Amino acid sequence: MDEATRPAQSDIRKRRTGRWGAMIGVALAVAFLGGAALARKPVSKSPPELLHETGLYADVERHQIDPQHLEFSPQYPLWSDGAVKRRWISLPARAAIDGSNPDVWVFPVGTRFWKEFSFGGRRIETRYMERQGDGTWRYATYAWNEDQTEARLVSEKGRPKAFDFGGGRSHFIPSIDDCKSCHRGHPAEVLGFGTLQLSPARDPNAIHGEPMPAPGVDLGYLVENKLLKRLPRALLKKPPVIDGATPAERAVLGYLHGNCSHCHNDAGSMRNLGFSLQHVQRPARNRAERAIATAVGQPVRGHVPGQAPDAKLRIEPGQPERSVLLRRMSSRNPLVQMPPVGTVVPDDEAIRLVAQWIRDLESPVPSAEASGKSAQTK
Amino acid sequence: MKISRIVLLAAAVAISVPAAAVAQSKKSAKNAQVKRGEYLVNSVGCHDCHTPMKMGANGPEPDMTRMLSGHPQDMQVPPAPASSGPWVIHAAPLTAWSGPWGLSFAANLTPDPETGVLRDFTEQQFIQAIRTGKHQGQGRPILPPMPWPAFKNMTDADLKAIFAYLRQIPPIKNKVPDPVLAGAQ
Repeated sequence: MDEATRPAQSDIRKRRTGRWGAMIGVALAVAFLGGAALARKPVSKSPPELLHETGLYADVERHQIDPQHLEFSPQYPLWSDGAVKRRWISLPARAAIDGSNPDVWVFPVGTRFWKEFSFGGRRIETRYMERQGDGTWRYATYAWNEDQTEARLVSEKGRPKAFDFGGGRSHFIPSIDDCKSCHRGHPAEVLGFGTLQLSPARDPNAIHGEPMPAPGVDLGYLVENKLLKRLPRALLKKPPVIDGATPAERAVLGYLHGNCSHCHNDAGSMRNLGFSLQHVQRPARNRAERAIATAVGQPVRGHVPGQAPDAKLRIEPGQPERSVLLRRMSSRNPLVQMPPVGTVVPDDEAIRLVAQWIRDLESPVPSAEASGKSAQTK
Repeated sequence: MKISRIVLLAAAVAISVPAAAVAQSKKSAKNAQVKRGEYLVNSVGCHDCHTPMKMGANGPEPDMTRMLSGHPQDMQVPPAPASSGPWVIHAAPLTAWSGPWGLSFAANLTPDPETGVLRDFTEQQFIQAIRTGKHQGQGRPILPPMPWPAFKNMTDADLKAIFAYLRQIPPIKNKVPDPVLAGAQ
């Protein structure tokens, strides 16, 4: 090849650069399109028929949990008619929860949760949540067989009479609509696995508090193991604690957070009620607990069937029998009861402690929310 | 007219004409949504239960002076006859219903600020209520014979249209009685 026909070095470099550029461009395009397709792709099409197919167990017949999953316990558990409950979370490999908004954690696609319900020493049902490729959560419930060797998918309509409590009452395995009506009341959709519930400063007086199972999943554990990222550092230095005037008030407000704030919060679809029982991590106005500010001395909105004419306030200090919140949590009339789903047996211990707390609240209270912490215990 | 004034006038026209066009477009879309909602409410049978009947020349017909205001507050209903054989549901006179669940009354769907059942509903809550069969989408159960299991199949756009229509119909003050659950009658 002579000088005339030999391509100049700069042309060769350009061609090579062009080829590499094209290859890199194609590779990036494929990676981008593939990634986008992967991000949109649902994890799977429908819930598996059998519980063990969700991947919870290493050996379902021996009830051996896959050691990759983490058992956890929220410090303020939800009342479920006295059920003994166990809970597990599973995160995809190398994925982490985004805790940058400490009140609304964002879970990676592929996150799975299980919650097992036992009554009378027998497993009755296991509930399952899984985050899909499109960002939505899938809900499923599984009913255990008589031999306790497997649990099978329950119809979307749920299943009545799954366990007999006596007195005409029985456990109802919730419908998918029931699941959604509660879980979708909060933007995170995951209930019981968040900043306050996993605080290392656990409340020793929590109503129905449970011992923390191994390996001790709390905020510190999650951050150290890179399972929770971007959580504000201040929450690790000073773990969140409910600002109660007394230990009893702290426990009661924690109970309301764990049992009521799924719907009654400032971020979900019921926020227009101006009634929040959620303990929030972000600086609240005047540092008041939202439950105090929006419930104590505040009038009820709307009308509840059978509402007594003397019950006008959500919480009337010193007057538990006139406080609508206590009346509704004491009722199991389906048109009145709170929570509206998931329970047919009143929580007598909580009713007693909440009543005592209301009795101890000083009266009168400033009605304006802006007054900050509007009630003090005696 | 000075040139600067002409420029200012032209600028004002240039800004206001598109803004007016956008506002007109939004108003037109809202009107279309309300019309769609009216069409759906008239087609899927909302009036059958939620508008009280009156006796006309050809028998019972909806009393549109009380459109969608639910069971009349001044209409007392005696206890329903006991169910026997295949007869399990009784209606009186289509705004009050008795069945195995108890006694329920058609709600006041008008935007009356004191007695309208939707007065505290957001659009999202209305959609969730129809999807889940629960008051405001998360509360107490909506009782039979409200056919939410059928209506839950509507699109979000259709449910939004129904909600938009119901928000602008004439408000009627009518406090519908509380339902009575079976066993408490």
